[in-house]
Amino acid sequence: MSTNSVYIVDGSRTPFLKAHGRPGPFQASDFAVQSATPLLMRQPFEPEEFDEVIVGCVGPSADEVNIARVISLRIGCGDKVPAWTVQRNCASGMQSIDSAFSNILLGKSDLVLAGGAEAMSYSPVLYNRHMVNWLADMSRSKTPLQKIITITKLRPKFFAPVIGLLKGLTDPVVGLSMGQTAENLAQKFNITREDMDQYAVDSHLRLVHAQENGFFDNEMVHVYDDKGKSYHIDDGVRPDSSLEKLAKLRPVFDKKHGNVTAGNSAQITDGASWVILASEKAVKKHNLNIMGRLIASNWAALDPKHMGLGPVHSTVPMLREQNLTAKDIDYWELNEAFAAQVLGCLAAWKDPQYCQEHLGLDKAFGEVPHERLNVDGGAISMGHPVGASGTRIVHHVLNVLQRNQAKLGVATICIGGGQGGAMLVENLQ
Amino acid sequence: MTDEIYKHWAVNEKDNGIVCLGMDVENSSTNVLSATVLAEFYQILTKLAKNPPIGIAITSNKNKGFIAGADVKEFTKISNQQEALELVQYGQTVFNLLDKMPCLTVAVINGFCMGGGLELALACDYRLALEDPKTRLSLPEVRLGIHPGYGGTVRILRYVNPLIAMDLMLTGRSISTSYAKKIGLIDDAIPMRLLQSAAEKMLLKKPAKRKAPKISKLLNNFLLRPIIAMQMRKQVSKKAKSEHYPAPYALIEHWQKHYGNETSMLNHEAQSVASLSTSDAAKNLLRVFLLQDELKALATPNPENEHGNVKHVHIIGAGVMGGDIATWCVSQGLQVTLQDLKAESLAKAKQRAYSYFKKRLKKPLLIKGTMDRFALDINGYGLQKADIVIEAIFENKEVKRDLYTSIEPKLKKDAIIVTNTSSIEIEQLCDAISDPTRLVGLHFFNPVTKMPLIEIVNGAQTDPDISQRAINFTKQIGKLPLPTKSSPGFLVNRILTPYMIEAGLLHETGSSIKDIDNAAKEFGMPMGPVELADTVGLDVGLHVAKLLSSEYGYSIPDSFESMVEAGNLGKKTGKGFYTWKKGKKIMPKSKSLTEKETKYIQNRLILRLLNEAVACYREGVVASKDHLDAGVIFGTGFAPFRGGPMNYIETAGADNLLNTLKSLHSQHGKRFDPDPGWQTISE
Repeated sequence: MSTNSVYIVDGSRTPFLKAHGRPGPFQASDFAVQSATPLLMRQPFEPEEFDEVIVGCVGPSADEVNIARVISLRIGCGDKVPAWTVQRNCASGMQSIDSAFSNILLGKSDLVLAGGAEAMSYSPVLYNRHMVNWLADMSRSKTPLQKIITITKLRPKFFAPVIGLLKGLTDPVVGLSMGQTAENLAQKFNITREDMDQYAVDSHLRLVHAQENGFFDNEMVHVYDDKGKSYHIDDGVRPDSSLEKLAKLRPVFDKKHGNVTAGNSAQITDGASWVILASEKAVKKHNLNIMGRLIASNWAALDPKHMGLGPVHSTVPMLREQNLTAKDIDYWELNEAFAAQVLGCLAAWKDPQYCQEHLGLDKAFGEVPHERLNVDGGAISMGHPVGASGTRIVHHVLNVLQRNQAKLGVATICIGGGQGGAMLVENLQ
Repeated sequence: MTDEIYKHWAVNEKDNGIVCLGMDVENSSTNVLSATVLAEFYQILTKLAKNPPIGIAITSNKNKGFIAGADVKEFTKISNQQEALELVQYGQTVFNLLDKMPCLTVAVINGFCMGGGLELALACDYRLALEDPKTRLSLPEVRLGIHPGYGGTVRILRYVNPLIAMDLMLTGRSISTSYAKKIGLIDDAIPMRLLQSAAEKMLLKKPAKRKAPKISKLLNNFLLRPIIAMQMRKQVSKKAKSEHYPAPYALIEHWQKHYGNETSMLNHEAQSVASLSTSDAAKNLLRVFLLQDELKALATPNPENEHGNVKHVHIIGAGVMGGDIATWCVSQGLQVTLQDLKAESLAKAKQRAYSYFKKRLKKPLLIKGTMDRFALDINGYGLQKADIVIEAIFENKEVKRDLYTSIEPKLKKDAIIVTNTSSIEIEQLCDAISDPTRLVGLHFFNPVTKMPLIEIVNGAQTDPDISQRAINFTKQIGKLPLPTKSSPGFLVNRILTPYMIEAGLLHETGSSIKDIDNAAKEFGMPMGPVELADTVGLDVGLHVAKLLSSEYGYSIPDSFESMVEAGNLGKKTGKGFYTWKKGKKIMPKSKSLTEKETKYIQNRLILRLLNEAVACYREGVVASKDHLDAGVIFGTGFAPFRGGPMNYIETAGADNLLNTLKSLHSQHGKRFDPDPGWQTISE
């Protein structure tokens, strides 16, 4: 072990619960607390011994804006452990790991709790700008006459709510929804509706297979609400998924002529995920059992209209720097924002022209085999709680490596706005 | 004025002309109004009255509580009514002076405020309380067989609606600061950061004093009082008969007949309390109260060993007992991990805990913080962090033994293993652990959140240090520890079971359940044996009864078995001996019994109980008669005004009771055979 190594000690996650149009049974911090507590109980050190807690969350609710601090106090880290919340859209959960990575490499921290949490079902419904201005006018109207005048200025259109979630899923610069960027990739790489639906079916079947074989047993905790119900399964999965069923769905982003449907896109979901990172020093001090080593990370940015190719732009430079090719990687986790987007990445990696033009390679990067990619399902079947997915895929790829007695894994994720994140991990179990 | 030195008070004059009196009773962790404390207070007030400051703020300098009340131990030294009267009148004199001080006074209630402490506050012009869940206010004197005697009954009516005031004094219950403010008992509830300055502002700004709501005038009217009093007596009689508990009735009469003129009402208040204090009920209730202290004193004060306070409890078994023990421990500030094989059981336990905390804590912030310490742990990760592991799984020796063997390797070196078993001997469990000395029994009672007693069961091999730690833990979580021998049934179940079986036998031979339960309640039991059996659950009762009956050689009525087999388990299934609807029993109709008939039933029930108690005492199941009385009272609610079985034998006369027992023996046979302990019981 080199002295600058950063290790992944352990991790956990909640079951991912599909959002159903109203607030779900758990707020983001509740999910985070319920999955952190068992994780911390099985460590040989106390929560107070963390150097910091970092949590990725895209939309923390207004009463817990620095959700990391709220969580860290609730799980018993005590007053003296600093905590901060990070946001890089869909990769917020990977950003938290990366920030921990940097701080450990710099020697600023030795033991860090990093994770992500999101309760998309609690996305706020907002007053529109007209209403906000009217309310401001109202609070400034002091006399009865002023109040009456202000009331007469109220209009029906002021009451139209803004659905926060929809705003969040639309790129404000290029004016495209995330789904529309996936349609861009479908067009660019000739990905058909059938291709997308088939990929989606596989995602569900793989998840079912993983659930039946207990492949999530050592990462998933039970969560319990106050009404006597417990949850232990990613409930967005459809065991009966099939091409016929998916073919019936209408495109949802480009309603008239598109191919991206709700069935071949990631689901809107609530969930939380954690990893514990440690320096060499912390591993020795606490005599920790380690899962693996975080070797490298990379962020890349690209045209927002093709944000789905973020994984390609972030993984290639990272692997080149480590003198690794596609063949050297045993397992991949590539966040399934859209089937079209995953397939677009696979196509781009194999495409010599794309690789020459955009990645500075002299030939195609290589093939990422489907059997090595998202082997236990992904965001299409499991859901994509935007703050948490980044953490989950890093932790899960280590579990997959361990299960298959393999060595190297890559976790990578596309980011709305046109970015990509990638991490390279080594299994040491 | 120079700052004088007093033993129990700190007197501090501030620049703004306000004098702050800080109560800090010497050699006591809480403030109690003993004679010397009151005397110093009187001295201070007299001096201040001669040269009155702008105002006086009275608070507590202890870090625990405002004032806990009068010094109860002084009551034990009173031997006659005249002495009692003098004691009460002295207290009144002191508070009368406080009431009539020539400057404004404010009570700064910065912690629990009970009995005489609240009476002191009521004698002040203003009352401000610290806004905190720990600040509870009460007038609990009725629970000691008397009622407030330092002017509380008079002064509370200045501020509070008489119906509410009487309810507080008749029940003795404690209230929160928000409720106290709502009813006018206090002027305001203030957070810590503002309390002192708010008190001083009040004295400087002199706001109007609170008054009782307008309707009080109507309710206190002499024409209405007798009618209201009649209603109050009716309410009280549902819970307490006047022959057993004279105090509530005396209080109602005191208000009904003497409201109107404060001076004469004060006089009568003192007379009434003095008279009540010499009643048997008061003497016995006081004794019971002091027994609580005696049990609490079994714990090591401020344990200095490295174990200190328990921080993390791991509980295995999320049934009703395990889940409620977890809820209770969390309510007392501990971190809990609750383990069970089934997620559904854990989810149900969490649901019950949540309802409990929602009802009691009300504020979402407090509820969330508390529930965060209630961790559900299906994998048992908490075992390696726990200071104490409590096993509350079902009563099967082999399963328990296997569990201990599997968990022992994961435990901290000095963690102790506790079993909640009610029927399996410690000796039969402890050798499943490689260090058998670390197993001890803590027998909780159902419902855990309400029953104050825990039987501490030591096996032959239990290490005395471990036993002491179990006692300390019991006190830490606010329960009363009762060390008992590890004999079948320990103390409470052993004494209760034959009594309940006797009820079953009476029923089988034709007595109605109504008459049986009434006879017991006439004796003073809070609940009859039949209702008790239905409430505990006939399956649970039968299980205990089978074990004890085979050990101690008596038989179980067939009706128990057949009812359990038919699935009629009592309250929880809607039918047992009684029929239950929505948690309430339906009383069958039957014609009234004569006094003689009731007495006959009573004798059979109570003597069976007493006989078993005598046997327990003879066998040394507990260390003393006091402990036996404490255990039976706190574990079963046995008529507290009778002071417990041993005390009752002494006051009613062992010979009399033995004769009755012997005649029952000749009528009904073996089970009434007097235990050899009767011969030496009077020693």
